[in-house]
Amino acid sequence: MYSEKVMEHFKNPKNVGVIEEADGVGEVGNPVCGDMMTFYIKVKNNVIEDVKFQTFGCGAAIAVSSMVSEMARGKTIEEASKITNKMVAEALEGLPKQKMHCSNLGADALHKAIDDYRQKKQGVAPKPEAKKCYCPVCDLEQAMEAAYCTGCGRELEDEHEQAH
Amino acid sequence: MSVVYVDHVAAMPLHPKVYEAMVPYLREYYGNPSSIHEDGEKAREALEEARGKIARLIGSQEEEIYFTSCGTESNNLALKGIAWAHQGRGKEIVISGVEHFSIMHTANALEKAGFHITRLPVDQYGLVDPATVERAITPQTILVSIMQANPEVGTIEPIAEIGKITRAKKVLFHTDAVDSVGNIPVNVNELNVDLLSLAASTFYGPKGAAALYVRKGVRILPLLDGGIQERGLRAGTENVPAIVGMGVAADLARGEIPQRMSHLKSLGEKLTEGLPEKIPYLRFFGHPTQRLPGNVSVAVEFIEGEAMLLFMDMEGIRISSGSACISRSLKVSHVMLAMGVDAATAQGSLLFTFGMQNKPEDVDRILEVLPPVVERLRNMSPVYRKAMAKKA
Repeated sequence: MYSEKVMEHFKNPKNVGVIEEADGVGEVGNPVCGDMMTFYIKVKNNVIEDVKFQTFGCGAAIAVSSMVSEMARGKTIEEASKITNKMVAEALEGLPKQKMHCSNLGADALHKAIDDYRQKKQGVAPKPEAKKCYCPVCDLEQAMEAAYCTGCGRELEDEHEQAH
Repeated sequence: MSVVYVDHVAAMPLHPKVYEAMVPYLREYYGNPSSIHEDGEKAREALEEARGKIARLIGSQEEEIYFTSCGTESNNLALKGIAWAHQGRGKEIVISGVEHFSIMHTANALEKAGFHITRLPVDQYGLVDPATVERAITPQTILVSIMQANPEVGTIEPIAEIGKITRAKKVLFHTDAVDSVGNIPVNVNELNVDLLSLAASTFYGPKGAAALYVRKGVRILPLLDGGIQERGLRAGTENVPAIVGMGVAADLARGEIPQRMSHLKSLGEKLTEGLPEKIPYLRFFGHPTQRLPGNVSVAVEFIEGEAMLLFMDMEGIRISSGSACISRSLKVSHVMLAMGVDAATAQGSLLFTFGMQNKPEDVDRILEVLPPVVERLRNMSPVYRKAMAKKA
């Protein structure tokens, strides 16, 4: 089911833990959805000096968290802000389709931690979070209130109840 | 690495005697039971012999057994076949909220075709209260379908009691007994059922062979149009080797059910007693006594099932989980939700289903491997951290 890279990070995730005196903390998801990630960053001279995470979730969610932490470490805040969920999935040599949106939240959690850092540092308010919803079949992004997927026409009512 | 297979709810090994009985029908006896020559006759005899063995297993008459390809087909045939045949009398069907997908989704399809479906609630153990069945039946009700045993949480429903009610109300009663036949004693007359689904693959028989029991005199229409196999109720050339295997598996089960039950029960109890001694914050599901032997359904709080399952798999232990991450639809088990289990807890569910080849040492192995996996994942879990901070 999973690529070797995913299994490698799942078996031996890097940077698991908590930074008590973190400069930024970001949390996404919730256990009801199946995945929840908390990222902690320590920033020095605009560089992410240390990053740790905790994750509740499946194999993919743990591997994604580990990969994001590795990608972010040593990067400037600007560089780390450019890490996308897609880049993470590519670095992991792909994720099963049904896991693409539910478990691939690592970059979002990192960005939230960066926003938190910026807010603390410069008093910049974090951007309001745009709620996203995806069709579970074709993975197209859908409006929160969409009744049918614009890609495959599948009914989405049930999916919104569990929207992330 | 030795493998500990504890996922018999998903698939079972063939009993060696079942395998042996099937081989000649895969090799030399390939005749079509519909042919009137000697090869056809040979296949026909094997088919009827198997029918007799299935009938004896559930206490029915031979001609009340119709072969199908799987439990899902039997369930589809029961619901749709009765719905199409009796829609002139009424269009209401009663099911429970913990049925298998092959009942649940068939009911959804009938709903779209204009039938009215009543979905009964269950209690915290997953039990249907017979009184709710009585209240749900109206003059338009044509069928009640309640499963006998729930594979996900192990609970055995009060089918005989519900059957008394449907008898008195003159409503047809079907039970999906796919997970109970061959594992616990099942008798269609004691259960007061009119239709019953069973499948060979849940009692050490092959995949691809199943049956629907239809009480004599009950009107039902076929799903498939074609030849007159199975007296017109199930067109298509019969899967003779698999049906022969099912017959042998039924005979073996009939003779061994008490021994099988006591073996599986002792393994299930050993695990149920051992787990809480090693792992805190567990929640066991299903009825404590009215349950399938050898079925242990438990949630490990604050962590997710797939991650546990993968780590267990690496150690050679094969199990299942009701976590949303496991299902392709990414939905938490409807059975857990119907029982009032919150979605977050259901994410951490694990299902151990023992089989005859399992030994007490297998339980020891699970009790040795699982605790460190749980500890590792809990140490990684923000949910656990928050819960512990709250408790402190």
